[in-house]
Amino acid sequence: MNSLVLALIGVTMILAGYALYSRFLASKIYALDDSRPTPAHELEDGVDYVPTNKYVLWGHHFTSVAGAAPIVGPAIAVIWGWLPAFLWVTIGTVFFAGMHDLGALWASVRNKGQSMGALSGRYIGARGRNLFLVVIFLLLLMVNAAFAVVIAGLLVSTPTAVIPTWGALLVALGVGQAIYRLRWSLPVVSIVGVVALYALIWVGDQVPLALPETVAGLPANAIWIILLFVYAGIASMLPVWVLLQPRDYINGLQLFIALGILYGSVLLARPEIVAPAVNGNVPEGTPGIVPLLFVTIACGAISGFHGMVSSGTSSKQLDKESDARFVGYFGAVGEGLLALGAIIAATAGFQTLAAWEEVYSAFGQGNVGAFVSGGGAIVQSGLGLPESLAATILATTAILFAATTMDTGVRLQRFVVQEIGEIGGVRLGKGVSTLIAVGVALALTFGAGVDGSGGMLIWPLFGTTNQLLAALTLSIVAIMLLRRGRTALPALIPLAFVGVMTLYALFIQLGTFWSEGNWLLLVLDIVILVASLWVMVEALGAMRKAKDYQGDDDAELEQLSASEIAGQSARGDSAPDRRDG
Amino acid sequence: MTTDAPHPRPTARLRAAAGVLRDVFAGPYARTFARAQQDEDDLFMVIVMAEALGVPNPASYYTVELLPVVYDQVHDWHRRMGLDRSPLDHFSCC
Repeated sequence: MNSLVLALIGVTMILAGYALYSRFLASKIYALDDSRPTPAHELEDGVDYVPTNKYVLWGHHFTSVAGAAPIVGPAIAVIWGWLPAFLWVTIGTVFFAGMHDLGALWASVRNKGQSMGALSGRYIGARGRNLFLVVIFLLLLMVNAAFAVVIAGLLVSTPTAVIPTWGALLVALGVGQAIYRLRWSLPVVSIVGVVALYALIWVGDQVPLALPETVAGLPANAIWIILLFVYAGIASMLPVWVLLQPRDYINGLQLFIALGILYGSVLLARPEIVAPAVNGNVPEGTPGIVPLLFVTIACGAISGFHGMVSSGTSSKQLDKESDARFVGYFGAVGEGLLALGAIIAATAGFQTLAAWEEVYSAFGQGNVGAFVSGGGAIVQSGLGLPESLAATILATTAILFAATTMDTGVRLQRFVVQEIGEIGGVRLGKGVSTLIAVGVALALTFGAGVDGSGGMLIWPLFGTTNQLLAALTLSIVAIMLLRRGRTALPALIPLAFVGVMTLYALFIQLGTFWSEGNWLLLVLDIVILVASLWVMVEALGAMRKAKDYQGDDDAELEQLSASEIAGQSARGDSAPDRRDG
Repeated sequence: MTTDAPHPRPTARLRAAAGVLRDVFAGPYARTFARAQQDEDDLFMVIVMAEALGVPNPASYYTVELLPVVYDQVHDWHRRMGLDRSPLDHFSCC
């Protein structure tokens, strides 16, 4: 199979999904209605509720949900062959992710912009909401730990990415100063920032930097992980305009450029896919494709975190209800295209099947490294860039995404720690709570050994936790549809599929962790398993009740204030609003 | 962001594109700053209205003069605090 054919089929499927299925969802299922005032207008306060241009809002939504996960998941999952990953990404984007993201946006807009946590309290019950907090804490922990391992691995395997990775911090600091102190115009700063970033990539390619194999008895991996956590801890405490804001912005621009470079190269180079369509010869120790495929590729197919962004911030800024189709569904389309690019890079960027099998010698081995080396080869033959420079561009892209997710993750985890402290009657300062957030993630990362492999071991658990969140969101959407007497099948079918696969995966992993004696992951697995069973049972009960509901949900909601919907102070409701992956 | 002219001139288009860029850059973070300011304003509101809310305030001799200034903001403030109606007996805004 030629990669260009695959790219064309995939892009056509995903775009057709947007043109046809999202139109059907918007008009028949969600019945988006521009005559209804959105929360952005109804509750406009200039802070959270602000009517926003749909292109601007899409930009925020997409860069918030696009992190490293749509690269990491597919790059690992092609070990079962390119076809299953391709089908799950394309079909998943059209029928699962788009439906889920648009649904979350709709559900929140109809509920005065409340987050999924608050809505689970209203539609499923208070226990659903408590469970939600547990899941968030675990999810952030996993993101922080796993992404540190991913970045450290890339810094070791691609020494040319070291200078641009850390140099990007200087570019971001410069951009922040240029805008806020020197008052440069933004288009000029954007161009200068992106040129500076690419100049750093070129310098990095000329001057590769590698740590010695061991420093003070620790492997290079471990040193990078520790440095990354120190950076994330500091970054999460700085004022946002100094570092995080310009960094996120430059990375957003870099995302579009890198996607353009990758797809443009596929168009020009048209490399053959060397990996098998379905790999019957998987390395020993590779888990079964069912159900692990569906939890390994989370973002890029369906991701619970998207629902949190949709309902956390995007819903409060939606200008018209009909904009939800573009912001919610097309946001998922962007993520699907990123995942599709990762599949092509990790399967078509190798000379021979033997070279591919060498990289995919064990489950989890391929990972982002395969995306970087494979994608680098495609970009080299497509645009004629030297292969190492092309690989450096992709490695830096992947690292920057993971790093922005990580520093935001540490910041969010700090808030969670402070909240837990307050519940326990202890007032934790900024520094102490950041130390706790970083310490817990470090303990998890090094829990399985000094090389930091613990962070990657939990990746399948990230998938299951994320899917559990998606199932929770879908059940809320289904309940709302049932209460309106509409067909809930577009939500119920993905819900059943995701729910069954997640539970199945958790049971399988339970057995694996037990036989390996990996107690940390065993405990985490049990917590998530109990939480998922719990939410399923609660949601089923709520759906039965919703079917018999006789009232008018929309009219009822109009009577309620935002704080009544949240069941608590409207101000206490804040969902994480930055990148996930 | 958008212009009403049927055929916007290239410079207008560029300006619109720069506007979108600016909003993408500043959007979520403008919220962070606005929230910080709102928190300070809310605290100030509580201090000014402490006496009216039944909280003894040794500085009320000074803050009472500020009451007419903050009355315009009472409605937004009590909604942000999660109170659907004004908590002040002598002041009903909704």
